[in-house]
Amino acid sequence: MKPAAFDHHAPADVGEAVAMLADLGEDAKVLAGGQSLVPMLALRLAVPEHLVDLRRTAGLRGVAEHEPADGCEGVLRVGACTTQTAIGRSADAARAVPLLARATPLIGHFQIRNRGTVGGSLAHADAAAEYPSVALALGARMHARSPRGARTIPADRFFTGMWTTDLADDELLTAVDFPVWRGRRGFAIEEFARRGGDFAIAGAAVAVELAGDDRVRRCGIGLFGLGPTPLRAAAAEEAATGMAVADIAADEVGRAAVAGLDVVPADLHASADHRRHVGAVVTARAWRRAVREAAHA
Amino acid sequence: MPDADIRVRVNGALRRATVPPRLTLADYLRERCGLTGTHLGCEHGVCGACTVLLDGEAVRACLVFAVQADGADVTTVEGLAAPDGALSPVQAAFRDEHGLQCGFCTPGFVVSVTAFLRDTPDPTDEQIREALSGNLCRCTGYQGILRAVRTAARTAAADPPAAGGESR
Repeated sequence: MKPAAFDHHAPADVGEAVAMLADLGEDAKVLAGGQSLVPMLALRLAVPEHLVDLRRTAGLRGVAEHEPADGCEGVLRVGACTTQTAIGRSADAARAVPLLARATPLIGHFQIRNRGTVGGSLAHADAAAEYPSVALALGARMHARSPRGARTIPADRFFTGMWTTDLADDELLTAVDFPVWRGRRGFAIEEFARRGGDFAIAGAAVAVELAGDDRVRRCGIGLFGLGPTPLRAAAAEEAATGMAVADIAADEVGRAAVAGLDVVPADLHASADHRRHVGAVVTARAWRRAVREAAHA
Repeated sequence: MPDADIRVRVNGALRRATVPPRLTLADYLRERCGLTGTHLGCEHGVCGACTVLLDGEAVRACLVFAVQADGADVTTVEGLAAPDGALSPVQAAFRDEHGLQCGFCTPGFVVSVTAFLRDTPDPTDEQIREALSGNLCRCTGYQGILRAVRTAARTAAADPPAAGGESR
Protein backbone atom coordinates (compact mmCIF):
# COMPACT_ATOMS: atom_id res chain seq x y z
CA MET A 1 0.00 0.00 0.00
CA LYS A 2 2.83 2.40 -0.77
CA PRO A 3 2.78 4.56 -3.88
CA ALA A 4 5.44 3.82 -6.47
CA ALA A 5 8.30 6.30 -6.74
CA PHE A 6 7.69 9.52 -8.66
CA ASP A 7 9.30 12.89 -9.23
CA HIS A 8 7.62 15.75 -7.39
CA HIS A 9 7.24 19.19 -8.93
CA ALA A 10 5.77 22.23 -7.22
CA PRO A 11 5.33 25.01 -9.82
CA ALA A 12 4.98 28.56 -8.52
CA ASP A 13 2.44 29.72 -11.08
CA VAL A 14 0.06 28.45 -13.73
CA GLY A 15 2.44 29.25 -16.59
CA GLU A 16 5.15 27.12 -15.06
CA ALA A 17 2.66 24.36 -14.28
CA VAL A 18 1.34 24.04 -17.83
CA ALA A 19 4.85 24.27 -19.30
CA MET A 20 5.74 21.28 -17.10
CA LEU A 21 2.62 19.40 -18.17
CA ALA A 22 3.45 20.03 -21.82
CA ASP A 23 7.02 18.88 -21.27
CA LEU A 24 6.19 15.76 -19.25
CA GLY A 25 3.19 14.67 -21.34
CA GLU A 26 1.21 11.64 -20.30
CA ASP A 27 3.79 10.57 -17.70
CA ALA A 28 2.59 13.38 -15.43
CA LYS A 29 -0.45 13.73 -13.20
CA VAL A 30 -1.70 16.89 -11.54
CA LEU A 31 -1.91 16.69 -7.75
CA ALA A 32 -4.44 19.04 -6.14
CA GLY A 33 -5.93 17.91 -2.81
CA GLY A 34 -4.95 14.31 -3.44
CA GLN A 35 -8.05 12.78 -1.89
CA SER A 36 -8.79 10.69 -4.99
CA LEU A 37 -5.37 10.55 -6.64
CA VAL A 38 -3.33 9.48 -3.60
CA PRO A 39 -5.57 6.44 -2.88
CA MET A 40 -5.16 5.50 -6.55
CA LEU A 41 -1.38 5.82 -6.15
CA ALA A 42 -1.45 3.75 -2.96
CA LEU A 43 -3.44 1.04 -4.72
CA ARG A 44 -1.18 1.49 -7.76
CA LEU A 45 -4.18 2.02 -9.99
CA ALA A 46 -2.20 5.03 -11.17
CA VAL A 47 1.60 4.93 -11.50
CA PRO A 48 2.66 8.32 -12.90
CA GLU A 49 6.35 9.13 -13.17
CA HIS A 50 5.76 12.77 -12.28
CA LEU A 51 3.36 14.59 -9.98
CA VAL A 52 2.80 18.27 -10.62
CA ASP A 53 1.70 19.45 -7.18
CA LEU A 54 -0.36 22.66 -7.16
CA ARG A 55 0.13 23.43 -3.47
CA ARG A 56 2.41 26.39 -4.17
CA THR A 57 0.80 27.43 -7.45
CA ALA A 58 -0.45 30.99 -7.14
CA GLY A 59 -3.83 32.22 -8.32
CA LEU A 60 -5.81 28.99 -8.00
CA ARG A 61 -7.67 29.64 -4.74
CA GLY A 62 -10.64 31.66 -3.68
CA VAL A 63 -14.34 32.28 -4.20
CA ALA A 64 -15.50 35.54 -5.79
CA GLU A 65 -18.78 36.69 -7.24
CA HIS A 66 -18.59 38.43 -10.60
CA GLU A 67 -21.46 40.73 -11.44
CA PRO A 68 -23.43 40.22 -14.65
CA ALA A 69 -21.90 41.85 -17.73
CA ASP A 70 -23.37 42.59 -21.19
CA GLY A 71 -26.33 40.25 -21.14
CA CYS A 72 -24.58 37.38 -19.35
CA GLU A 73 -25.63 36.37 -15.88
CA GLY A 74 -23.33 36.80 -12.92
CA VAL A 75 -21.11 33.94 -11.88
CA LEU A 76 -19.40 32.68 -8.79
CA ARG A 77 -15.82 32.04 -9.82
CA VAL A 78 -14.15 29.36 -7.74
CA GLY A 79 -10.42 28.79 -8.07
CA ALA A 80 -9.63 25.18 -8.93
CA CYS A 81 -7.60 24.57 -5.77
CA THR A 82 -10.22 26.00 -3.41
CA THR A 83 -10.91 23.30 -0.85
CA GLN A 84 -14.35 21.88 -0.31
CA THR A 85 -14.11 23.08 3.29
CA ALA A 86 -13.45 26.63 2.07
CA ILE A 87 -16.51 26.43 -0.16
CA GLY A 88 -18.56 25.07 2.74
CA ARG A 89 -17.47 28.02 4.87
CA SER A 90 -18.03 30.64 2.16
CA ALA A 91 -21.00 32.92 2.81
CA ASP A 92 -20.75 34.04 -0.85
CA ALA A 93 -21.12 30.47 -2.08
CA ALA A 94 -24.08 29.83 0.22
CA ARG A 95 -25.87 32.96 -0.98
CA ALA A 96 -24.98 33.03 -4.68
CA VAL A 97 -24.86 29.32 -5.56
CA PRO A 98 -26.83 27.46 -2.89
CA LEU A 99 -26.65 24.18 -4.82
CA LEU A 100 -22.86 24.18 -4.59
CA ALA A 101 -23.00 24.92 -0.86
CA ARG A 102 -25.59 22.22 -0.23
CA ALA A 103 -23.64 19.59 -2.16
CA THR A 104 -20.48 20.21 -0.15
CA PRO A 105 -21.31 18.45 3.14
CA LEU A 106 -22.24 15.33 1.16
CA ILE A 107 -18.66 14.94 -0.09
CA GLY A 108 -16.68 12.36 1.88
CA HIS A 109 -15.95 13.36 5.49
CA PHE A 110 -14.76 16.65 6.94
CA GLN A 111 -11.16 15.42 6.98
CA ILE A 112 -11.43 14.72 3.23
CA ARG A 113 -13.05 18.10 2.51
CA ASN A 114 -10.18 19.84 4.32
CA ARG A 115 -7.89 18.72 1.48
CA GLY A 116 -10.20 17.95 -1.45
CA THR A 117 -10.65 20.70 -4.02
CA VAL A 118 -13.37 21.72 -6.44
CA GLY A 119 -11.02 21.48 -9.42
CA GLY A 120 -9.77 18.08 -8.33
CA SER A 121 -13.29 16.80 -7.98
CA LEU A 122 -14.26 18.04 -11.46
CA ALA A 123 -11.06 17.01 -13.23
CA HIS A 124 -11.08 13.57 -11.59
CA ALA A 125 -14.66 13.32 -12.89
CA ASP A 126 -15.85 10.43 -10.79
CA ALA A 127 -19.30 9.53 -12.10
CA ALA A 128 -20.60 9.19 -8.53
CA ALA A 129 -19.21 12.50 -7.21
CA GLU A 130 -21.41 15.46 -6.24
CA TYR A 131 -19.71 18.53 -7.76
CA PRO A 132 -19.76 17.33 -11.39
CA SER A 133 -23.54 16.95 -11.27
CA VAL A 134 -23.86 20.39 -9.68
CA ALA A 135 -21.76 21.81 -12.53
CA LEU A 136 -24.03 20.09 -15.06
CA ALA A 137 -27.29 21.17 -13.42
CA LEU A 138 -26.24 24.83 -13.24
CA GLY A 139 -24.45 25.00 -16.58
CA ALA A 140 -21.03 25.79 -15.12
CA ARG A 141 -18.07 26.73 -17.31
CA MET A 142 -14.56 25.41 -16.79
CA HIS A 143 -11.53 27.63 -17.36
CA ALA A 144 -8.54 25.74 -18.70
CA ARG A 145 -5.00 26.91 -19.46
CA SER A 146 -2.26 25.34 -21.52
CA PRO A 147 0.89 26.72 -23.13
CA ARG A 148 -1.34 27.15 -26.20
CA GLY A 149 -3.60 29.59 -24.40
CA ALA A 150 -6.77 29.70 -22.36
CA ARG A 151 -10.20 28.34 -23.19
CA THR A 152 -13.57 27.82 -21.54
CA ILE A 153 -15.37 24.49 -21.61
CA PRO A 154 -19.08 24.20 -20.81
CA ALA A 155 -19.89 21.54 -18.23
CA ASP A 156 -21.95 19.47 -20.63
CA ARG A 157 -18.94 19.05 -22.93
CA PHE A 158 -16.42 18.53 -20.13
CA PHE A 159 -17.11 14.98 -18.94
CA THR A 160 -16.20 12.72 -21.84
CA GLY A 161 -15.79 9.25 -20.36
CA MET A 162 -15.06 7.28 -17.22
CA TRP A 163 -12.66 9.43 -15.15
CA THR A 164 -12.00 11.30 -18.38
CA THR A 165 -12.53 14.93 -19.28
CA ASP A 166 -12.03 17.16 -22.28
CA LEU A 167 -8.78 18.49 -20.74
CA ALA A 168 -5.67 17.74 -22.79
CA ASP A 169 -2.48 16.41 -21.18
CA ASP A 170 -0.97 19.91 -21.15
CA GLU A 171 -4.12 21.63 -19.88
CA LEU A 172 -4.83 22.69 -16.34
CA LEU A 173 -8.26 23.43 -14.93
CA THR A 174 -7.74 26.82 -13.26
CA ALA A 175 -11.22 27.96 -12.19
CA VAL A 176 -14.89 27.16 -12.49
CA ASP A 177 -17.69 29.67 -13.10
CA PHE A 178 -20.96 28.64 -11.49
CA PRO A 179 -23.81 30.77 -12.88
CA VAL A 180 -25.72 32.73 -10.25
CA TRP A 181 -29.37 31.94 -10.94
CA ARG A 182 -31.60 34.81 -9.90
CA GLY A 183 -35.32 35.35 -9.49
CA ARG A 184 -37.64 32.60 -8.32
CA ARG A 185 -35.15 29.80 -8.12
CA GLY A 186 -34.83 26.72 -6.00
CA PHE A 187 -32.13 24.11 -5.58
CA ALA A 188 -31.81 20.69 -4.04
CA ILE A 189 -29.41 17.79 -4.05
CA GLU A 190 -30.45 14.33 -2.89
CA GLU A 191 -28.46 11.14 -2.76
CA PHE A 192 -28.68 7.70 -1.25
CA ALA A 193 -25.58 6.14 0.28
CA ARG A 194 -25.49 3.19 2.67
CA ARG A 195 -23.11 5.04 5.00
CA GLY A 196 -22.52 8.76 5.41
CA GLY A 197 -19.51 9.84 3.37
CA ASP A 198 -19.60 6.92 0.94
CA PHE A 199 -20.01 7.52 -2.75
CA ALA A 200 -23.74 7.49 -3.37
CA ILE A 201 -25.53 4.58 -5.02
CA ALA A 202 -27.31 7.30 -6.96
CA GLY A 203 -27.97 11.00 -6.60
CA ALA A 204 -29.46 14.01 -8.32
CA ALA A 205 -28.84 17.76 -8.22
CA VAL A 206 -31.75 19.93 -9.35
CA ALA A 207 -31.98 23.65 -10.14
CA VAL A 208 -35.32 25.22 -11.06
CA GLU A 209 -36.30 28.75 -12.04
CA LEU A 210 -39.98 29.68 -12.21
CA ALA A 211 -41.52 32.46 -14.28
CA GLY A 212 -44.09 34.84 -12.76
CA ASP A 213 -46.93 32.65 -14.01
CA ASP A 214 -45.50 29.59 -12.22
CA ARG A 215 -44.23 27.97 -15.39
CA VAL A 216 -40.77 26.44 -15.39
CA ARG A 217 -38.59 29.03 -17.10
CA ARG A 218 -35.57 26.76 -16.97
CA CYS A 219 -34.28 23.81 -15.02
CA GLY A 220 -31.16 21.70 -14.72
CA ILE A 221 -30.91 18.11 -13.53
CA GLY A 222 -27.51 16.53 -12.90
CA LEU A 223 -27.31 12.82 -12.11
CA PHE A 224 -24.52 10.95 -10.39
CA GLY A 225 -23.79 7.27 -9.86
CA LEU A 226 -25.99 6.42 -12.83
CA GLY A 227 -23.57 6.05 -15.73
CA PRO A 228 -19.92 5.96 -16.74
CA THR A 229 -19.81 9.77 -16.43
CA PRO A 230 -21.72 12.42 -14.53
CA LEU A 231 -24.90 12.93 -16.55
CA ARG A 232 -27.35 15.62 -17.40
CA ALA A 233 -30.99 14.51 -17.65
CA ALA A 234 -31.60 16.60 -20.76
CA ALA A 235 -34.86 14.90 -21.83
CA ALA A 236 -36.42 15.35 -18.39
CA GLU A 237 -35.32 19.00 -18.33
CA GLU A 238 -36.82 19.59 -21.76
CA ALA A 239 -40.11 17.95 -20.84
CA ALA A 240 -40.50 20.15 -17.75
CA THR A 241 -39.41 23.46 -19.28
CA GLY A 242 -42.34 25.73 -20.13
CA MET A 243 -44.86 23.60 -18.21
CA ALA A 244 -46.95 24.96 -15.37
CA VAL A 245 -45.17 23.67 -12.31
CA ALA A 246 -48.44 22.44 -10.77
CA ASP A 247 -48.93 20.14 -13.77
CA ILE A 248 -45.58 18.42 -13.30
CA ALA A 249 -45.55 15.27 -11.18
CA ALA A 250 -42.22 14.95 -9.40
CA ASP A 251 -42.30 11.17 -9.76
CA GLU A 252 -42.69 11.61 -13.50
CA VAL A 253 -39.60 13.86 -13.59
CA GLY A 254 -37.72 11.11 -11.74
CA ARG A 255 -38.89 8.45 -14.19
CA ALA A 256 -38.01 10.65 -17.17
CA ALA A 257 -34.56 11.37 -15.76
CA VAL A 258 -33.58 7.70 -15.67
CA ALA A 259 -35.61 6.55 -18.70
CA GLY A 260 -32.87 7.06 -21.25
CA LEU A 261 -30.00 5.68 -19.19
CA ASP A 262 -28.38 2.75 -20.95
CA VAL A 263 -25.08 2.14 -19.13
CA VAL A 264 -26.03 2.11 -15.46
CA PRO A 265 -23.27 0.69 -13.23
CA ALA A 266 -23.86 -2.63 -11.50
CA ASP A 267 -21.60 -3.75 -8.67
CA LEU A 268 -21.77 -5.33 -5.24
CA HIS A 269 -23.40 -2.18 -3.85
CA ALA A 270 -26.37 -2.17 -6.21
CA SER A 271 -27.64 -3.73 -9.41
CA ALA A 272 -28.31 -1.51 -12.41
CA ASP A 273 -32.07 -1.83 -11.92
CA HIS A 274 -31.82 -0.85 -8.27
CA ARG A 275 -29.62 2.12 -9.12
CA ARG A 276 -32.10 3.23 -11.77
CA HIS A 277 -34.92 2.98 -9.23
CA VAL A 278 -32.98 4.92 -6.59
CA GLY A 279 -32.05 7.48 -9.25
CA ALA A 280 -35.71 8.11 -10.05
CA VAL A 281 -36.61 8.42 -6.36
CA VAL A 282 -33.82 10.86 -5.47
CA THR A 283 -34.52 12.94 -8.59
CA ALA A 284 -38.19 13.21 -7.62
CA ARG A 285 -37.27 14.20 -4.06
CA ALA A 286 -34.81 16.83 -5.25
CA TRP A 287 -37.33 18.17 -7.78
CA ARG A 288 -40.02 18.53 -5.08
CA ARG A 289 -37.68 20.39 -2.74
CA ALA A 290 -36.28 22.65 -5.44
CA VAL A 291 -39.75 23.56 -6.72
CA ARG A 292 -41.01 24.26 -3.21
CA GLU A 293 -38.10 26.61 -2.62
CA ALA A 294 -38.57 28.36 -5.98
CA ALA A 295 -42.31 28.83 -5.35
CA HIS A 296 -41.55 30.59 -2.07
CA ALA A 297 -38.60 32.60 -3.36
CA MET B 1 13.53 10.46 -8.42
CA PRO B 2 15.44 13.07 -6.38
CA ASP B 3 14.73 13.41 -2.68
CA ALA B 4 13.46 16.68 -1.30
CA ASP B 5 14.47 18.73 1.72
CA ILE B 6 11.62 19.65 4.00
CA ARG B 7 11.13 21.68 7.16
CA VAL B 8 8.10 20.78 9.24
CA ARG B 9 7.03 21.92 12.67
CA VAL B 10 5.83 18.78 14.46
CA ASN B 11 4.17 19.23 17.85
CA GLY B 12 5.96 22.56 18.19
CA ALA B 13 9.46 21.34 17.29
CA LEU B 14 11.03 22.35 13.98
CA ARG B 15 12.35 19.36 12.10
CA ARG B 16 14.37 19.11 8.90
CA ALA B 17 14.52 16.01 6.76
CA THR B 18 15.39 14.77 3.30
CA VAL B 19 12.61 12.58 2.03
CA PRO B 20 11.66 10.69 -1.11
CA PRO B 21 8.56 12.28 -2.67
CA ARG B 22 6.52 9.10 -2.25
CA LEU B 23 6.96 9.07 1.55
CA THR B 24 3.57 9.84 3.09
CA LEU B 25 3.26 12.24 5.99
CA ALA B 26 2.06 9.30 8.11
CA ASP B 27 5.20 7.27 7.38
CA TYR B 28 7.37 10.35 7.90
CA LEU B 29 5.85 10.92 11.35
CA ARG B 30 6.12 7.27 12.35
CA GLU B 31 9.47 6.31 10.88
CA ARG B 32 11.48 9.53 10.78
CA CYS B 33 10.05 11.29 13.83
CA GLY B 34 9.37 8.16 15.90
CA LEU B 35 5.85 9.40 16.57
CA THR B 36 4.08 6.07 16.32
CA GLY B 37 0.85 7.36 17.85
CA THR B 38 -0.30 8.11 14.31
CA HIS B 39 -1.63 4.72 13.27
CA LEU B 40 -1.97 3.30 9.78
CA GLY B 41 -4.99 1.13 9.14
CA CYS B 42 -6.02 1.14 5.51
CA GLU B 43 -3.39 3.43 3.96
CA HIS B 44 -5.83 4.71 1.37
CA GLY B 45 -7.94 7.27 3.15
CA VAL B 46 -10.84 5.19 4.43
CA CYS B 47 -10.27 4.36 8.10
CA GLY B 48 -9.11 7.66 9.60
CA ALA B 49 -6.62 6.08 12.04
CA CYS B 50 -3.80 8.29 10.70
CA THR B 51 -5.62 11.61 11.21
CA VAL B 52 -3.35 14.51 12.21
CA LEU B 53 -3.76 18.29 12.29
CA LEU B 54 -2.06 19.97 9.32
CA ASP B 55 -1.98 23.72 9.89
CA GLY B 56 -4.79 23.11 12.35
CA GLU B 57 -7.10 21.14 10.05
CA ALA B 58 -7.75 17.43 10.53
CA VAL B 59 -6.44 15.48 7.53
CA ARG B 60 -5.61 11.90 6.69
CA ALA B 61 -1.82 11.67 6.93
CA CYS B 62 -1.78 8.70 4.53
CA LEU B 63 -3.17 10.97 1.78
CA VAL B 64 -0.58 13.72 2.20
CA PHE B 65 3.02 13.35 1.09
CA ALA B 66 5.69 14.58 3.48
CA VAL B 67 6.94 16.94 0.76
CA GLN B 68 3.51 18.58 0.80
CA ALA B 69 3.90 19.34 4.50
CA ASP B 70 7.04 21.39 3.87
CA GLY B 71 6.61 24.65 5.77
CA ALA B 72 3.54 23.40 7.60
CA ASP B 73 2.63 22.89 11.23
CA VAL B 74 1.67 19.34 12.20
CA THR B 75 0.06 18.19 15.42
CA THR B 76 -0.12 14.47 16.15
CA VAL B 77 -1.89 12.72 19.00
CA GLU B 78 1.36 13.00 20.97
CA GLY B 79 1.01 16.78 20.81
CA LEU B 80 -2.44 17.02 22.43
CA ALA B 81 -1.66 16.44 26.09
CA ALA B 82 -0.23 19.20 28.28
CA PRO B 83 3.57 19.30 28.65
CA ASP B 84 3.22 17.73 32.12
CA GLY B 85 1.36 14.79 30.58
CA ALA B 86 -2.11 15.84 31.73
CA LEU B 87 -4.63 14.54 29.21
CA SER B 88 -6.51 16.96 27.00
CA PRO B 89 -10.27 17.18 27.64
CA VAL B 90 -10.91 14.95 24.62
CA GLN B 91 -8.36 12.36 25.71
CA ALA B 92 -9.70 12.36 29.28
CA ALA B 93 -13.27 11.96 28.05
CA PHE B 94 -12.32 8.97 25.87
CA ARG B 95 -10.80 7.32 28.95
CA ASP B 96 -13.67 8.19 31.27
CA GLU B 97 -16.44 7.16 28.88
CA HIS B 98 -14.85 3.92 27.61
CA GLY B 99 -14.41 5.47 24.18
CA LEU B 100 -11.78 2.87 23.32
CA GLN B 101 -11.13 -0.82 23.63
CA CYS B 102 -8.13 -2.02 21.62
CA GLY B 103 -7.12 1.58 21.00
CA PHE B 104 -5.88 1.20 17.44
CA CYS B 105 -8.32 3.72 15.96
CA THR B 106 -8.22 6.01 19.00
CA PRO B 107 -5.50 8.48 17.93
CA GLY B 108 -7.44 9.23 14.75
CA PHE B 109 -10.67 9.71 16.67
CA VAL B 110 -9.05 11.90 19.32
CA VAL B 111 -7.37 14.14 16.74
CA SER B 112 -10.54 14.39 14.61
CA VAL B 113 -12.70 15.18 17.64
CA THR B 114 -10.21 17.78 18.87
CA ALA B 115 -10.56 19.70 15.58
CA PHE B 116 -14.32 19.15 15.47
CA LEU B 117 -14.97 20.50 18.98
CA ARG B 118 -12.71 23.49 18.35
CA ASP B 119 -14.90 24.42 15.36
CA THR B 120 -18.19 23.19 16.85
CA PRO B 121 -17.96 23.67 20.62
CA ASP B 122 -21.62 22.91 21.35
CA PRO B 123 -22.55 20.14 18.89
CA THR B 124 -25.85 18.35 18.49
CA ASP B 125 -25.83 14.56 18.52
CA GLU B 126 -26.42 14.60 14.78
CA GLN B 127 -23.37 16.80 14.25
CA ILE B 128 -21.31 14.49 16.45
CA ARG B 129 -22.37 11.42 14.47
CA GLU B 130 -21.58 13.19 11.21
CA ALA B 131 -18.17 14.27 12.53
CA LEU B 132 -17.34 10.72 13.65
CA SER B 133 -18.33 9.19 10.30
CA GLY B 134 -14.83 9.57 8.88
CA ASN B 135 -13.21 7.31 11.47
CA LEU B 136 -13.75 3.58 11.76
CA CYS B 137 -13.75 1.65 15.05
CA ARG B 138 -14.02 -2.15 15.11
CA CYS B 139 -14.48 -2.60 18.90
CA THR B 140 -16.64 -0.11 20.67
CA GLY B 141 -19.83 0.02 18.66
CA TYR B 142 -19.27 3.80 18.78
CA GLN B 143 -21.61 4.46 21.74
CA GLY B 144 -18.75 5.07 24.16
CA ILE B 145 -17.12 7.34 21.60
CA LEU B 146 -20.33 9.35 21.23
CA ARG B 147 -20.52 9.75 25.00
CA ALA B 148 -16.88 10.78 25.08
CA VAL B 149 -17.50 13.57 22.57
CA ARG B 150 -20.52 14.83 24.52
CA THR B 151 -18.49 14.73 27.74
CA ALA B 152 -15.51 16.48 26.16
CA ALA B 153 -17.78 19.25 24.85
CA ARG B 154 -19.24 19.73 28.35
CA THR B 155 -15.81 19.64 29.98
CA ALA B 156 -14.44 22.22 27.58
CA ALA B 157 -17.48 24.45 28.17
CA ALA B 158 -17.11 24.23 31.95
CA ASP B 159 -13.34 24.49 31.90
CA PRO B 160 -12.37 26.56 28.87
CA PRO B 161 -9.13 25.74 26.99
CA ALA B 162 -5.75 26.71 28.38
CA ALA B 163 -6.76 25.03 31.66
CA GLY B 164 -7.04 21.80 29.62
CA GLY B 165 -6.03 18.56 31.26
CA GLU B 166 -8.12 17.69 34.26
CA SER B 167 -11.23 15.67 33.67
CA ARG B 168 -14.14 16.42 35.89
